Amino acid sequence: MTKEEIIKPENLVYKKTPVLTNNVMHYCPGCGHGLIHRLIAEVIEEMDIQDKSIGVAPVGCAVLAYNYFNVDCIQAAHGRAPALATAINRLYPEHFVFTYQGDGDLAAIGTAETIHACNRGENIVMFFVNNGIYGMTGGQMAPTTLKDMKTSTSPYGRDLNIMGNPLKITELIAQLPGAVYVTRQAVYTPALARKCKKAIRKAFENIKLKQGTSFVEIVSNCNSGWKLPPVKSNEWLEQNMLLFYPLGDLKINN
Amino acid sequence: MAFKGSLLIDTEHCKGCGVCITGCNNACIVLAKSVNKKGYNYLELINDDCIGCANCAVICPDGIIEVYRAKML
Repeated sequence: MTKEEIIKPENLVYKKTPVLTNNVMHYCPGCGHGLIHRLIAEVIEEMDIQDKSIGVAPVGCAVLAYNYFNVDCIQAAHGRAPALATAINRLYPEHFVFTYQGDGDLAAIGTAETIHACNRGENIVMFFVNNGIYGMTGGQMAPTTLKDMKTSTSPYGRDLNIMGNPLKITELIAQLPGAVYVTRQAVYTPALARKCKKAIRKAFENIKLKQGTSFVEIVSNCNSGWKLPPVKSNEWLEQNMLLFYPLGDLKINN
Repeated sequence: MAFKGSLLIDTEHCKGCGVCITGCNNACIVLAKSVNKKGYNYLELINDDCIGCANCAVICPDGIIEVYRAKML
C-alpha cells in the first residue's frame, strides 16, 4: 500500500481538534502546555460544549492561552483566575468555566483565591500545571520546587532550612469539603496523556452535575527552566517529580 | 487483521523536540538531518512499519501530526 492510498479522509485516525486555533504556540519545544491545551480542547469538542465554555487564562507561560483555545477566554490578574471564574460562573451558571494556571499563579500568589474558591465549592474546573519552577520569568524557585532542585534563585539547590518546604497544594485542596474531584496526572507518555484526558473529561462532567470544584493537577516539564533537552526533562520528571508528587486520584466524591 | 498507517506531518511547524519519538513503538519516525524555516530538525517518517497507533500524535505538544490508518487487504 502506498502512502497516497493510506492518506485519505476516510482513514483519518487522529487530527488536531478544531477547538484549538491554528496559531503557532509560543511554548518551548517539548513543553507540556501545548499538549495539555489540546487535551482540554479535545474534551470540549467531545462533549460539544464549545459555545458554552469559558476559559480563564493565568499569568505565566500560559498567559496567551486565549490565542489558542477557540472558546471564550478572559485573562485574569496574577493568581486571581479562581476569583474571576467564580464571578463568571455565578453570572452564567449554565456555562462550563475552567481556569488554567501554573504553579507560580495558583500555588504562590493565588493561594488564597485557590483555597477559598475550592472551599466554597464553586462549580468550576481548575487546571493546575505543576512544573516546579517559574518558567516564564527565567526559572526562579517556585513554592513547588523540589528539595535540592537547582533554579536560578537557588543555584546550589533548594535548602529546606533556608527556603522552606515544597508545597503540595493538591493534597491541601483534597481536604476541603467544596472540592469534589481532586486528581494528579502527567502527560509525558501517550498512555498518561490518554489517562489525563479521561480525568479532564470527568472534571467537566462534574460541572454538568453541579457538584462543586474539580481540581486537576498535571505534573509537566519545563525543559528551559530545568536546563535539559525535552526528552531528558521528561525522564527527570519521572525520576524526581513523581516521587514527591505521586500520580492518581486524591479525592472522588459522588 | 493487519493495519498500515501513515502520517501527514506539518514540518514547518515542527519544533524538533523529539518527544513523539519516545512514544513510537515501531521506531518509524526520526528527526530529519535537514531543518525547516525556523531552524528545527523536523520530524519525518522513515519506513513502512507505521501501524497508525497515533501515539506520536497524542503526545506531540504542537499537534502537527495527522494519523491515517488503513486495513491491509
